[in-house]
Parts: sequence; C-alpha cells; structure tokens
Amino acid sequence: MTSPEEAAMADKPAIDNPWQTLRQLTPARIALGRAGSSLTTRAQLDFQFAHAQARDAVHLALAIEPLAKRIQALGLECLSLHSAAADRQSYLQRPDLGRRLDEASAERLQAYAANHPNGFDLAIVIADGLSALAVERHALPLLEHIREQIQRENWTLAPITLVEQGRVAIADEIAETLKARMVVILLGERPGLSSPDSLGLYFTYAPKTGLNDASRNCISNIRQEGLGYPLAAHRLLYLLREACRRKLSGIQLKDEADMPVLDQATVQQRNFLLE
Amino acid sequence: MTHYSHSIGGQTWRFDNLKEVLAKASPARSGDGLAGIAAASDVERVAAQMTLAEIPLKQFLVEAIIPYESDEVTRLIVDSHDAAAFAPVSHLNVGDFRDWLLGEQADEAALTALAPGLTPEMVAAVSKLMRVQDLVLVAQKVRVVTRFRNTLGLRERMATRLQPNHPTDDPAGIAASILDGLLYGNGDAVIGVNPATDSTSGICELLKMLDAIIQRYQIPTQACVLTHVTTSIAAIERGAPVDLVFQSIAGTQAANASFGIDLQLLQEGYEAGLSQQRGELGDNLMYFETGQGSALSANAHHGVDQQTCEARAYAVARRFKPLLVNTVVGFIGPEYLYNGKQIIRAGLEDHFCAKLLGVPMGCDICYTNHAEADQDDMDMLLTLLGAAGVNFIMGIPGSDDIMLNYQTTSFHDALYLRQLLGLRSAPEFEQWLARMDILKQDGQRLHLGRQIPAAFRPVLERLP
Repeated sequence: MTSPEEAAMADKPAIDNPWQTLRQLTPARIALGRAGSSLTTRAQLDFQFAHAQARDAVHLALAIEPLAKRIQALGLECLSLHSAAADRQSYLQRPDLGRRLDEASAERLQAYAANHPNGFDLAIVIADGLSALAVERHALPLLEHIREQIQRENWTLAPITLVEQGRVAIADEIAETLKARMVVILLGERPGLSSPDSLGLYFTYAPKTGLNDASRNCISNIRQEGLGYPLAAHRLLYLLREACRRKLSGIQLKDEADMPVLDQATVQQRNFLLE
Repeated sequence: MTHYSHSIGGQTWRFDNLKEVLAKASPARSGDGLAGIAAASDVERVAAQMTLAEIPLKQFLVEAIIPYESDEVTRLIVDSHDAAAFAPVSHLNVGDFRDWLLGEQADEAALTALAPGLTPEMVAAVSKLMRVQDLVLVAQKVRVVTRFRNTLGLRERMATRLQPNHPTDDPAGIAASILDGLLYGNGDAVIGVNPATDSTSGICELLKMLDAIIQRYQIPTQACVLTHVTTSIAAIERGAPVDLVFQSIAGTQAANASFGIDLQLLQEGYEAGLSQQRGELGDNLMYFETGQGSALSANAHHGVDQQTCEARAYAVARRFKPLLVNTVVGFIGPEYLYNGKQIIRAGLEDHFCAKLLGVPMGCDICYTNHAEADQDDMDMLLTLLGAAGVNFIMGIPGSDDIMLNYQTTSFHDALYLRQLLGLRSAPEFEQWLARMDILKQDGQRLHLGRQIPAAFRPVLERLP
C-alpha cells in the first residue's frame, strides 16, 4: 500500500526547496529544486529559453533602414556605415575588423567631412555591437534624452552615424574623420542570460584611431530592468561637461555618480544570515 | 638562431625557431589565428607537431621563447629551474616525453618529484602532441594538495568555489546565494565574490560579511573577494579580515603589467596575506585566475601561442604556493576560443599543464553567449575534468552569473560529478555538511536533506 503522500510524490518527482523565501532577495537562480540531485525539467527549460534569447540577440541583424528613418523623423541627419567585418562570423572572430570602417564607408565619411571642414563638438555613433536587440529597443529613446540635455550646451552635433558589425573603437575613426571633439557610441552589450537587450555607452574626449579603453568612460546596463534613460543621459552629460572642463576622458575622469558604497549599518541590517 | 625542419610526404617544412614550432603545432583555435601565428593548414600543423616531437627537452633550457633580458617571467622560469629534478627526463625529446608520461614509471611520486624540473614551455609542448584522453589520463596521476582552513586536492575528492555574485553587491542578495549554495553542499574551495565595486571600503565591508558568516556557522572554508592585489593589501592595512589574496595573472611580464602587477607586487600581496596568520591547517593563501588569450588581448604575447603563454602563467602561480588556481577558460570570448570544441580542449590543456607543474588547478568551466557553445559542451568538459582529477570547479545558482553575464557550472553540476564519479568534498567540509544535516555522501549515493537544517531555520523564519 502506498500512502496518499507517496502517491503524490510519485506524481511530481521533482523536489522543491523549502527556502523559496530567499528568492525575493536576488535575481540569481536560487532555490531551483532538484530531480535527484540534478536540475529539474522546469529549471532546465527556463535556462534553455534564456540562452536561446541571448543567442538570438547576438545573431539578430540590425534593421538599419527603419532606425535611420526614425532618427531622421527626429530632425537629425543620419549616415549609415559598415565596419570591415563583412558578417557576424567574421565580426566574432576578428575584433580588429569590427574596429574600423570598410572602404566604401570610410570614403563616404571622408566626402562628408570634406564638405563640413569645421568639424563638430559632438559625434554620436550607434552600432549593433553584440546585441542588435538592445539597439532596437533602447538607442532611440536614449538618443532623445541625450539630445534634450545637449541642446542646453549649444554644442554642434555631427550627423548620427549608424554602424553595422561595429565595435567600440570604431567610434574613434568616425570622430577623427568628422573632426569631432567628443564622441559617444551606443552599442549592444554582450547579452547575459537575464539581459539580452542591455545597451552600453562609451565616451571619448579628443578621439583618434588607436586609443584604448583607458581613454574611455563607460556607462553600461542601460535597459528596462537596469539603468534608466534619464539617469544614463544625466551621467553622460556630467562626463561630457567635466571632460570639456578638464580636456580629458578615461580613467582620469571618474564618474562621481558611482553606486553608493556599502556601510557597516546596511550590511548588518540587511544580511539575514547574520541576524 | 636554430632552425627546425621536418620532411614528410615529399615536402620539407621549415620553422625559424622554437616559438614558431610551438605556435604552428598548437591545435587550432581562433586566438592564434587572430594573432597570425597559427599553422596555415592542417598538414603544416601536423608537420610542426612532428618537428616538435623530435626536439630535445634540453633545448627548451637554452632557447627562450621570450628573451630573458626583457621578461621577468622568463627569468623566473630559467632561474628557478631544478636541474636535479629534471634529470629523469633530461635525455628525452618531446615525443618520447609523451610516451614516458603515459608509461607506468610516471606515477604520482615520480611526477611530483619531476615538477620543479619542468618548464611551462616543456609541458605546453608535450600537451600539443596529446589527445584529450592523454591529457585526462596523465593529469589524474598527479595530485596537488593545499591547505588553509581545509584540505584541498586529495584523490577521490573535488571542491567547489561558491560564487554568490550580485550586480550591486547587495549583502542580502549575496547571502541568499551563499545559503542556497551551502544547502547544495558547495563552498569548500572558497566562498568567493566578484565584487561590482572597486572601492576599498566596499571591499572591506564584503570581507567582514563573509568572515562573519564563516565564523557564525563555523564553516571549515575560506573567503575571498576577488579584487586587485593592491586593494587586498589596502584592506589588510585597514584591518579587514582577508583570508585569500586574489589576482588575475598572465604568462608574460607585459601582460602582467596590463593587469597592473609584477612579481614584486605579488610578493607583497603574499607577505601581507601571510602576516594575517588566518590559515588553520596551512598557509597556502594566494588565489590566482588565468585564461588563454589574456596575453594576446593585452597585445603582450611576443608572437607566442596562447596556450604556451597560459602555461607560463603557472610558473608565476607556483612561485607563491597558492591555495587555488583556476583557468577561466571560456570567459574571454570567441575571438580566442571560438566554440565548445576549442573551449573543451583548452580547459583540459590548462589543467594538465598546471598539474604537471605542481599547481593546484581548478577550472571555471564556462562560456559566453557570443561563443558557439552551450550547456552540452560544458557537461563534456565538466565530466572530463572530473575524470582528470580537477581540484575544484565553480558553483553558482543555476549556472547563471547575473553580475559577470556568463555561464559557469552550477551547484547541481557539482552534485552530478559527485554522484557520477563518487567525488567527495574536502574532508573537513564533508564532516561539516554531515553535521549540519545538509548532505551525506556514501560512495556514489547522495543523501540531501529535504528540510531546512536547524542552524538556518531561525534566520529564514524571520524573513517576510
């Protein structure tokens, strides 16, 4: 004879963890339960779905025409460019190619610059990076917030450049060609399992080809569940103004709007394991 | 300069120097292609391997692949070479050395005695002639045992680093992942947090919190906040409880400089750690992370292939008698290791080379979402490393690092290996798990509690 309890167990062979209450404390995949000591079917499929979303985000092609139209609808000039990485395969294996323009794009940009010899204060580049999904969702609304803020500064704005198969450093070549004093690139970050659409932003003062990350400032994790557009734009403008004042960017220009430092009181108060 | 050549199939292949033979003999991977040093064809690769097989091990002691004068890692390798320990294999070439390693005479005692006589370049070379099964079989002969608050690296055992990362270092969020991990029997290698912050005061608070948890529940393990060695030194100066001193290291002086370190600074970190006298069973207290491709990504590889550069990092590691070293094999991305096949092979090479050099090697079995890899690939590397006798792996909730945005092995994955291969935790930690009614292991049978252990019930009941 099996008891009703045992019968129920046989119905649901997965074993729940009785510490579900911890899940409110972190987005980490805790208290997943187990099948034997392995992952349950449900947790396994949840993971696979998240991974599939992230994979699709990496391989999704940036729909460049609709994005260009939406930017032009804001009354902004727009140029479409392509890096020297012909496709995603070559982009993933050859970071050097993603950091520079292909010949046709370089020529088009030089022609534009020849007609605008005075240069610009600020160039904004939008590139697919590792998540076109992030660009499709967040680039335009963030651009609107940035634009609103920079209008007060009376800076001249170069045409918005859209780059397919672009990496961060490609912004330096674009800005150098356009004779821009500052450059900001918005691009899709490497997708995480829980963040397939995270947008990153890099800023360089006095950009030129060949600079490395030490010359740049980064604001990352711009997405619905992460850093919002107003705050991202606010932090960027802080960096831009400070950079103009001190004539530099990168590690010497610290983002004072850093996250709050933990103090003893919060640790003791909030860590349930030590209560 | 010596030239090397080999004739086969009516063709003679020439290589300018040892560095070129090593690079072209390396099994294919994207990073060497990116660096422009890989073999141009499969046939050239095998010709290079045949060339390499005939090179005497002694040649490695006279032909530095990165000049002695310009690289302190080369100086460390050359100056610390133990000729007496090298004697048993000093007459062999690389191909014969592979045969020797696979033979019966190369048992645990012989390999342990040999380690100080081997250079990273020798073990990298022989690994290039090995298949996966050779890398597994030879590595499992060697055990490298280390101690701080427990005993790691014993035969038939495998430890886990509990990695409770949180995107904003939220203390309750970190604590929730720690408890989840402990209740799945993880955490004997270390409870190690990658902090989101780089501020010294933030790091100090995390250190105090981890120390308080270990003390409160009397867990026989050690804590680490994986921050730059200079920050750990600063934390020690401020009186924060530092068990393990962490640093990412690489195999060339220039790559280490890109990490903001040199051997002198590592020595200072090591001495600062020793001054704490926090180890109870031993004073292995350095924790190093490595990974193929780091020298290339810092443009500091000197034309040396990424696997040989990686093996040189182990010479840096063993200098400081570390408790833990792990390669973060798939973290760097597809431009260095393109897919699951390349990641799996690299993980096994790194583990093999480190063990032969006497380094207590673990592995962060991992991948990013832009690599051509998935959970199946990780399962293969996990299973193979379990068979190869890996010292420790990572344990993270559901394989998903929500702070670093990559996938590594889960708490459940460690239990899979325990069940499959009968691998147990560090003995002191195993006893604690049993005492706490969390996990009892009887060979390949695991008995996991279904209830919340008594020690944790009160704190959980207080949560809303």
